[in-house]
Amino acid sequence: MALWGMVIDLDRCTGCQACVVACKAENNVPPVGAKEAVRGRIISWMQVLTEEDEEHDGEVKRFVPRPCLQCDDPPCTKVCPVYATYRNPEGIVAQIYARCIGCRFCMAACPYNAKYFNWHRYQKEAPGQNPDVSLRPKGVVEKCTFCHHRLQKARERALAERRELAPGEYVTACAEVCPARAIVFGDLSDPGSEVHRLARSPRAFRLLEALGTKPKVIYLSEGEGRG
Amino acid sequence: MADPADSRDAALLAPIERTGRGFYVTVGILAALILWGAIAYWTQFNEGLGVTGLHQPVSWGFYVTNFVFFIGISHAGTLISAILRLSKAEWRRPITRMAEVITVMVLFIGAGQILVDLGRPDRMLNIIRYGRYQSPLLWDATSISAYLTASIVYLYIPMIPDIAILRDRVGKRKFFYSVLALGWQGTEHQQKVLNRAIAIMAVLVIPIAVSVHSVVSFVFSMTLQPGWHSTIFGPYFVVGAIFSGIAALIVAMIAFRKAYGLQSYLKPIHFRYLGQLLLVMSLLWFYFTFAEYLTGYYGSEPEEMKVFWSKFTGPFWPFFWGMVLTNVAIPLLCLVRLGRRTIGKVLIASLSVSVGMWLERFIIVVPTLSNPRLPFGEGIYFPTWVEWGEMAGSFALFALFYVLFTKLFPVISIWEIREGREVGLKEVEERLLTYLPDVAEPEVVPAKRGR
Ligand code: SF4
Ligand code: SF4
Repeated sequence: MALWGMVIDLDRCTGCQACVVACKAENNVPPVGAKEAVRGRIISWMQVLTEEDEEHDGEVKRFVPRPCLQCDDPPCTKVCPVYATYRNPEGIVAQIYARCIGCRFCMAACPYNAKYFNWHRYQKEAPGQNPDVSLRPKGVVEKCTFCHHRLQKARERALAERRELAPGEYVTACAEVCPARAIVFGDLSDPGSEVHRLARSPRAFRLLEALGTKPKVIYLSEGEGRG
Repeated sequence: MADPADSRDAALLAPIERTGRGFYVTVGILAALILWGAIAYWTQFNEGLGVTGLHQPVSWGFYVTNFVFFIGISHAGTLISAILRLSKAEWRRPITRMAEVITVMVLFIGAGQILVDLGRPDRMLNIIRYGRYQSPLLWDATSISAYLTASIVYLYIPMIPDIAILRDRVGKRKFFYSVLALGWQGTEHQQKVLNRAIAIMAVLVIPIAVSVHSVVSFVFSMTLQPGWHSTIFGPYFVVGAIFSGIAALIVAMIAFRKAYGLQSYLKPIHFRYLGQLLLVMSLLWFYFTFAEYLTGYYGSEPEEMKVFWSKFTGPFWPFFWGMVLTNVAIPLLCLVRLGRRTIGKVLIASLSVSVGMWLERFIIVVPTLSNPRLPFGEGIYFPTWVEWGEMAGSFALFALFYVLFTKLFPVISIWEIREGREVGLKEVEERLLTYLPDVAEPEVVPAKRGR
């Protein structure tokens, strides 16, 4: 069974936000408007966090693109009272919008702040939306699912053509679009895959590793290339 | 033993028989507040939780604070009354009913806060349809339901003899009282069964009450978040709950004492005892708070410290120090020397603690959420009129329930007062004797009137 994961090379990330925009377009993530944004209601499944340099005030030390980390031991799914969020067998943490009661317990439990709430009904039917991704009603929590619909599509195509899913046939929108090729996506359980190789690099680390959440998004720390 | 002709306790029946102007004024004010709450909720129901001040990352605010606060208040009743009954504290007699009513009323309001907080209240039943028992929220639902059931039974059973008095004496609502009195005649057998039932419920209710607040604390402490992930949260919350419960009970007692002229039943001595209890809980609460923050500080994990400093010197300092002032400083000043003007001092301490414990709940919920571990952007939370309205409405609804209750049932247990006069006095004297060194203790304490 595949174990989908992602490696993000912080050395390559330029903070250009292409992944953020691609994710929003791919998943019909709604713009909330300036007023709501000021109130802290922005929804952004992929978000580029910026770490300030403590020594040089006002300078950014590091860009950290942060999707849902698809933890293998996710704190968010344990607390959900209705199984609206759960880890599926391939390691993707899913969210059932039609079942979520909007208690936001999972948001309070996620140490990475990777879950977002629909404070209003932000999403309306509009031209140019991705028909493969459902629109979220108000009052539910939504999150990155590694573009799960892409996996379903690729798998169906493979099935129709009576063959196995080829590696590289399924990638997330953010990985596909990253101009610096900082994001690599693939099957962590496949020893031949690039993510598998990169995840073993000495530069590899995970966010808040000590919490034991076992994220499947792995970061590569800044290496010697930096001046 | 409940002789319906006995008119010594007429003062206790008076509010049921006559309704004064004060009652209508009170109900009017409360109704206005409830209307405000209803409008607030209706707005929120239609437009979504966006009308509140909640946001990312502070996704829990007033509603969750109120939930913990109200459930805490609920410990006033059943738990205190059970402890007083079991310890055979004679001075409990005019108090237990009032305490138990608080529990029942406030549990409804408390549980309601969670429903108000839901983004999709229409899907509430999913909790039953798809219930996932790993979630502390379900443990909550379970233990609160159990507590509510037990508390209603524990409120109702000791009321039966009083309802029978009402059935026989009050002209109004004859049918209603007849049904509820369950054919009570006050025979010796009935009294025995009643006392047994009360004793069983009193014992049963204590562990349930403790479980309720432990589980409420687990909603926080089961997560990994700094400031929440703490092993003492269970007992800490239980202590806080009893603390705020006693305060609420004292406030209610003083209010009804004034409104219904119950001065001869609720005497300064009652308030002195309760005040002392409040003082003890204040010290205990301080000890827990101290232990909790000292361990956090000493461990000095960076993420813990972010939350810690946001409370001590950061944006939440007014709440934190306000909490210390109202939960420790003011009660200590008021309660240490309870000589003259007991009631006034106890009232001030209780009101102060009621505010302080609300602040405590707030200071647990919000600062942790507003200080994420990752450089995510901090969040300060400002509630909107919707949250204020809901809060005012909830408090008013609680008060209204309580006032209506006192219009239907005596707020002080008539038969227990009578029993105190008739049997209690002698019994206490006998019991006192058995405590003394030169009197032989009877073999097994006779269970004839076990309570
Ligand atoms: S990153 Fe957060 S939302 Fe994603 S699986 Fe982990 S705990 Fe859940
Ligand atoms: S907000 Fe939805 S997904 Fe999250 S814990 Fe509550 S019901 Fe589950």
